[in-house]
Amino acid sequence: MGNVMTVAHLTLVEARRRRIVLAGTLCALALLTVFSIGAVFAARATVSFVERQMTLTMMMLVGFMAANFLSVVFAILLPVDTLSGEIDSGVMQTLASKPMDRAEIVLGKWAGHLLLALAYLLLMSGGILLAMRVLAGFVPAGVGHAVPLLMLEIAVSLTVAVAGGARFSTVTNGIVAIGFYALAFIGGFVEQIGVFVGLPPLKTIGVLVSLVSPADSMWRLAAHYLQPDILRGSGALALDGSVPTPLMVWWAAGFTAFTLAYAIHAFRKRAL
Amino acid sequence: MSFAIQTHALRKQFGTTLAVADLSLHVRAGEIFGFLGPNGAGKTTSIKMLLALVAPTSGTGRVLGAPIGDRAARARVGFLPEHFRFHDTLTAIELLRFHGRLYGLRGIALDARIDRLLTRVDLLDAADRPLRGYSKGMLQRVGLAQALLNDPQLVFLDEPTSGLDPLGRLLVRSIMDELRADGVAVFLNSHLLGEVEATCDRVAFVKRGRIVDERTLAAPNETLDVELRVACETPAIVDGLSRFGTNIEQPRPGTIVMRAPDEAAVPAIVGWLVQQGVAIHAVKPRRKSLEDVFLEVMGGDERPG
Repeated sequence: MGNVMTVAHLTLVEARRRRIVLAGTLCALALLTVFSIGAVFAARATVSFVERQMTLTMMMLVGFMAANFLSVVFAILLPVDTLSGEIDSGVMQTLASKPMDRAEIVLGKWAGHLLLALAYLLLMSGGILLAMRVLAGFVPAGVGHAVPLLMLEIAVSLTVAVAGGARFSTVTNGIVAIGFYALAFIGGFVEQIGVFVGLPPLKTIGVLVSLVSPADSMWRLAAHYLQPDILRGSGALALDGSVPTPLMVWWAAGFTAFTLAYAIHAFRKRAL
Repeated sequence: MSFAIQTHALRKQFGTTLAVADLSLHVRAGEIFGFLGPNGAGKTTSIKMLLALVAPTSGTGRVLGAPIGDRAARARVGFLPEHFRFHDTLTAIELLRFHGRLYGLRGIALDARIDRLLTRVDLLDAADRPLRGYSKGMLQRVGLAQALLNDPQLVFLDEPTSGLDPLGRLLVRSIMDELRADGVAVFLNSHLLGEVEATCDRVAFVKRGRIVDERTLAAPNETLDVELRVACETPAIVDGLSRFGTNIEQPRPGTIVMRAPDEAAVPAIVGWLVQQGVAIHAVKPRRKSLEDVFLEVMGGDERPG
């Protein structure tokens, strides 16, 4: 455990020194600024109570969608070269020759990056909730359910990027990890469209894609929880036609654990 | 006799490429062992196998008495890779603290050790600077300090002086001498044959993934060539010298070259010539340089790497 903590600590120090944290924070602030301006205007709209609630719910969902997308990209790009890059540069030779199991290197890097990515997601989510509360007086429902789901989505995406780094070169890993998320994203849309136009095969395809790549299904479930009871399942916001079941959460958690185990296995086998 | 490294028929194949065909060697505790060969001969892959960075395709080996890869044995091994790279945003102190923790070292003991090593490699004044500002030589010296953090019993040095100036090379050489004096085995992979000759006790020559020769260096009982520059080289004198050695030749007037069985034969030759009343202008004993031996062992079928 000590070695895992040591490697995780180095990962955090590296991210800070390489100005990754600074760049991520600046992007987050830019997004939150734009979002806050939007929230102010949405709150001032002179419409009925129901229309206002719908507008603010839509506004918040769009904010969370953007925050979620940025956090997923952050979670993929952050560790994309952590194993492959250090293998290519030779840094890993010195590290792996130390009296430690290679699993400790993978777990340390995974934990360090996950901590950063989750902090980033929480910063963005907290910013959106704060802006909605202060600028529009709007408090969304189901935040307690939604944010942990988004955290799980981050864990899935980040773990795929770490596992790819144990197996592929940096560029290949980047393509695979982003492609993996894009697959989930398009699968989610196919599923929604299938429900919307009443084509069950499309829905089935979407569900199957979600089983292969479960990241986006966590976002869709989170979006479902973030809506007020009256809108849930109504399809009024076009995000809610097909809601993943709670079993999908267990599937995503299991998927993450399995992918992490694969990362350890692949890294143990890898010639350094 | 205790061995730091023992291997038997270690072999590594990457797909269809055979990197190491048969690595069978013994490195004694407390000796500096040179591992020589042309580029692509399998030297670095051999070191990686011994450090469990690469799994052998077949064969067996023991490092510090334990099977290759044993965690407790690795805690007593130091390693400076050929292209030493590290997270260059760290300072030398941060780098050494990080590596020290991976060896299980902590607190004051670790800081004292770091201080001592940075002083030894002459980097104490640059200890708080990020590695990205270091020269290649400085990186190699901090890498050497990293390899010695755990007071190892066996150190692998892969081209440890390739980026160093003459003063840096002298420093590394003196550190290797200290390690030998402390009973630490050093496995040295270097292309600088002069350096190997000056520091190593034994060397192995590896060619196309196979050890083709192994020998002890600087042995006083080894044959050597002696060039004699004398005033008169009569046939009687030349005949008389044959009792002291072989291969007697006269390449030019006033010069005799012969092969003596060992160093002790040289004063005997000189004494006998004086006794015969021959005026001696010069005596030049000359061993084969390691470069001569290297070229001889590798043969003419090797191309420059």
